Amino acid sequence: MNLNDTISAISTPIGEGGISVTRISGSNSFGITEKIFFKDTARNRKISIQETASHTIHFGYLFDGENQIDEVMVSIFKKPNSYTGEDTIEISSHGGVLVTQKILSLTIKSGARHAEPGEFTKRAFLNKRLDLSQAEAVADLIKAKTDSAHESSLKQLEGSLSKYISTVRQEIIDATSLIELELDFSEEDIEFVPKDEFRNKISGIVEKLNEIISSYISGKIIRDGINLVISGRTNSGKSSLFNQLLKSDRAIVSNISGTTRDYLQENIVIDGILFNLIDTAGIRQSEDVIETEGIKRSFRKIEEADFILYLIDSTESMDFIENEAEYFKNNFDLKKSIPVFTKKDIGKVRKGEISISVYDEGSIKELKSSITGKINESANVKTGSEIILTNLRHKLCIESVVNSLEQVISGIDRKMSGEFISVDLRNALNYLGEITGEVTNEEILNNIFKNFCIGK
Amino acid sequence: MNKKYDIIIVGAGHAGIEASSAAVRMGFSVGLITLDPFAIGRMSCNPAIGGTAKGHLVKEIDSLGGVMGGLADKTGIQFKMLNKSKGPAVWSPRCQSDKDLYSKAAVEYLHNLSGLDIIQDMVKELMVEDFNLTGKSFKYKIKGVKTGLGYEINCNCVIITSGTFLNAVMHTGKERTEGGRFGERAATGLSECLLGLGFETGRLKTGTPPRLDVNTIDFSKTEVQPGDSIPVPFSHKTPYELERFPYQKQVDCFLTHTNEETHNILRTGFADSPLFTGIIKGVGPRYCPSIEDKISRFSDKPRHQIFLEPETLDGHTVYMNGFSSSLSADIQLKAARTVPGLENVTMVRQGYAVEYDFFPTHQIDLTLETKLVSGLFNAGQVNGTSGYEEAAGQGIIAGINAALKLKNDEPLILKRSEAYIGVLIDDLIIKCPDEPYRMFTSSAEYRLILRQDNADLRLMEKGYSLGLIEEKYIRHIREEQQLITEGINYLSTHTISPKAVNTLLIHNKTSEIYQNEFYSHLLKRNEVSLKELIGCADISNLPLLQQISESTGVMNQIEIEIKYSGYIKRQNEQVENFNRNEDIRIPEDFKYERIKSLSSEALDKLKKIKPVSVGQATRIAGVRPSDISAIIIYMRG
Repeated sequence: MNLNDTISAISTPIGEGGISVTRISGSNSFGITEKIFFKDTARNRKISIQETASHTIHFGYLFDGENQIDEVMVSIFKKPNSYTGEDTIEISSHGGVLVTQKILSLTIKSGARHAEPGEFTKRAFLNKRLDLSQAEAVADLIKAKTDSAHESSLKQLEGSLSKYISTVRQEIIDATSLIELELDFSEEDIEFVPKDEFRNKISGIVEKLNEIISSYISGKIIRDGINLVISGRTNSGKSSLFNQLLKSDRAIVSNISGTTRDYLQENIVIDGILFNLIDTAGIRQSEDVIETEGIKRSFRKIEEADFILYLIDSTESMDFIENEAEYFKNNFDLKKSIPVFTKKDIGKVRKGEISISVYDEGSIKELKSSITGKINESANVKTGSEIILTNLRHKLCIESVVNSLEQVISGIDRKMSGEFISVDLRNALNYLGEITGEVTNEEILNNIFKNFCIGK
Repeated sequence: MNKKYDIIIVGAGHAGIEASSAAVRMGFSVGLITLDPFAIGRMSCNPAIGGTAKGHLVKEIDSLGGVMGGLADKTGIQFKMLNKSKGPAVWSPRCQSDKDLYSKAAVEYLHNLSGLDIIQDMVKELMVEDFNLTGKSFKYKIKGVKTGLGYEINCNCVIITSGTFLNAVMHTGKERTEGGRFGERAATGLSECLLGLGFETGRLKTGTPPRLDVNTIDFSKTEVQPGDSIPVPFSHKTPYELERFPYQKQVDCFLTHTNEETHNILRTGFADSPLFTGIIKGVGPRYCPSIEDKISRFSDKPRHQIFLEPETLDGHTVYMNGFSSSLSADIQLKAARTVPGLENVTMVRQGYAVEYDFFPTHQIDLTLETKLVSGLFNAGQVNGTSGYEEAAGQGIIAGINAALKLKNDEPLILKRSEAYIGVLIDDLIIKCPDEPYRMFTSSAEYRLILRQDNADLRLMEKGYSLGLIEEKYIRHIREEQQLITEGINYLSTHTISPKAVNTLLIHNKTSEIYQNEFYSHLLKRNEVSLKELIGCADISNLPLLQQISESTGVMNQIEIEIKYSGYIKRQNEQVENFNRNEDIRIPEDFKYERIKSLSSEALDKLKKIKPVSVGQATRIAGVRPSDISAIIIYMRG
């Protein structure tokens, strides 16, 4: 447990709301804010919080590198006059899961740590910001929070993830034991593991962990959104659908400025999932140079898409429709694309297929649930196993594990002696320990004694 | 003999020697009570000092002003730096010592300490009076001791360093003899007295191999194990106090192996083995198992190493390292004779196991004082450790803390991030050994900064402020420290030209440079040493580099600090995180049962161990992070 670094968390209830507050507390909270907050969209005007008065509010923009995340209000609370008693920043952003998750991720990327449940209160308490008479109440509150957190994390760990993590952990402990064996028992008559074999072991673990990390579909969904491309022949109803979807679900996130206007891109939210909705130029043979270029770009967008709606005009002739259906089947990845038959109010309704009309709200609703259903399905398919990382904290821990193990490999490649490699192995174990519980030196030694005959 | 001493020390082994020396030198009168004044500093087992992690302990003891390193240097007959092929943090010095000379040197040293009386007697009973102190769990306070000869000696502190002697029983096959060491009797009465006061005792086991007659060994069938050609002493004082080093003649050790036949013969003795028949109840060390343990647990291993180590320079006994056994003497001999080189061997003394009482270590605190009796300290094997070095490390801490207590000063507690001794004592308290505890480098989380080569830089200031390190040595180490700091600073901010350094780089098969490069950057390359690098620079007008190049110690420190700076930086970050929780203290009378949310396992352990800090609490197995948050909240309330 570490009480002195900078923590960050979404402080308003999860869900769609007008505004959300993300809170950063700790000695580096001002530094982190200065990295990501600008007073203008050109990112020319930064803020110097040290020179700014406490308890003031500032309008500006959050940027992740070059990408604008949101328009926000930043409130400054200088220690000790904050809830936690530490330097604190509160970022009021537009509401909703997506924006706030993006902001949280950004603060973490910039140096904050995702706060444990109740940690702000805990800090408030440690910094004597809370009345002593409240102690009991606070303790109960925090206890409730940590218990439920404990419970939920246990639940998450009960399944295959838990088994998986503990296998990986055991493998790292084995590896650490091998290293320690060589250091503490070099005089013993024991064959030590060759370095390249050891390296393979570690890179095998890294590979596995990377698989786990990539199972973090919802993470990708939350942070980056899904690129949803609307494609189809000219006049198949793409723009109508695009506008219809925007009308009902337009994201509060501001327009991501497209430099080229040959395709349109807007953000929408369906069932808490962020979509980058992309309307492409219609696909057709064309003599027009400019239009040809536009179509080329449309195809490129289709290649980059996470999900594609291929629109087929149901008012066309049967032959045309059959051709289109055939074309779709042959040219699109069926796991992430669906054909959508449009203009059903005036065209032919096809059984078993998705038919919509922009004038029929029910049909749009159905389309939406088909999209989310298919995405959830493909998320499962993608991981190829039951192991799906859902918890951001777990993912961050595992990323740190991978990071440490990569240092291990780099150490081996640089022919570093075991005690250096051990530093990073132990860091890896500590990070895994944050998910599953602490590791002790004892465990490593027990492992050695169990497997090797020691004692000259 | 006086009727009153400031401090009584019970036992004159490696812990007792360090405790006595520290306490006397800090200005207190000490009565050192031993069963046998001719057994002072006796090496009961291995005739060696140091080894992996143990060598670190010896250097730390030395840097605090202890005795062991100097005695080893004076009596060492083979010196070896272990793990030389690994990085500097795990290099470990070790020496074979002439065990008779070692004991004599220890006696000589103690006799020269004024304020110390060596008393041949046995402590049978502690005299105490009722005692309470706010915030502490004391029930009694030490008044003095009663001895086997019937004396009552008053004192303010007692340090128990009685090794394996408390209610000790030795085993060889079915033979069972009372005694703590071959030919020596057991100490009785004291355990019972402590039980009566409310202490818990436990039982541990250790063993020792046969001693062989040197004239009956055919060394031509064994492999020679020489020492280092350039031996390095343990003690900072040795270069100033011994007229030469190595002081003694240097000798070789020898290596041979057991075989299937050896194992078959040993197996015939299992039926009568006190280990396998359950006669020995105490738990033995897994890292130093008896030969019978090894062949039964690792039955697929066709052979085991046997090191033949001379016990003395001119004597005739050889220590059969790796062959510790409590089987009957005739089976030991028969089995030994199947080992190459030992076909005609005779045993001067058989191997045996010894069982003894120890005091589970949740009963002491980090100063080694017992939680029950104010002024009573335990150190060494009575705390469940094994090894001379582990004993000595505790001995010096107990001696210092008894003295500091009498001075009414803050105790000396070394953190896990400061010293192996700190790791050792903290481990004892949070884990309470269920087998004899031995120091390993892997037990030290911050191994990269707890090196044997910087023990003096880490600890000498502490030794000095206690009055245990002489002025001239502290002045020297301060100069070194300053030179190291300036050197690192210089090398990190100054550059060397391609012209000056490229010949070296090409010669050492590493890439050339094309513009001026920081010394520190070049030094980070595996292929470049500081000595070579300074050799390339024109140091005639660079007095700092000149000065640095004159001290191998300084060069060594600078090189390590720069070469491994990435790792050391990461380690320092770990230490910083560690210290934050160490600094949140938990009062000794903290009422854990008031915290309703603690798990029952955590509650049991916390009440028993009484961790001094949040950091220490986190290291106790069974205490979860949520328990820790609850403790913090309640404490602030």
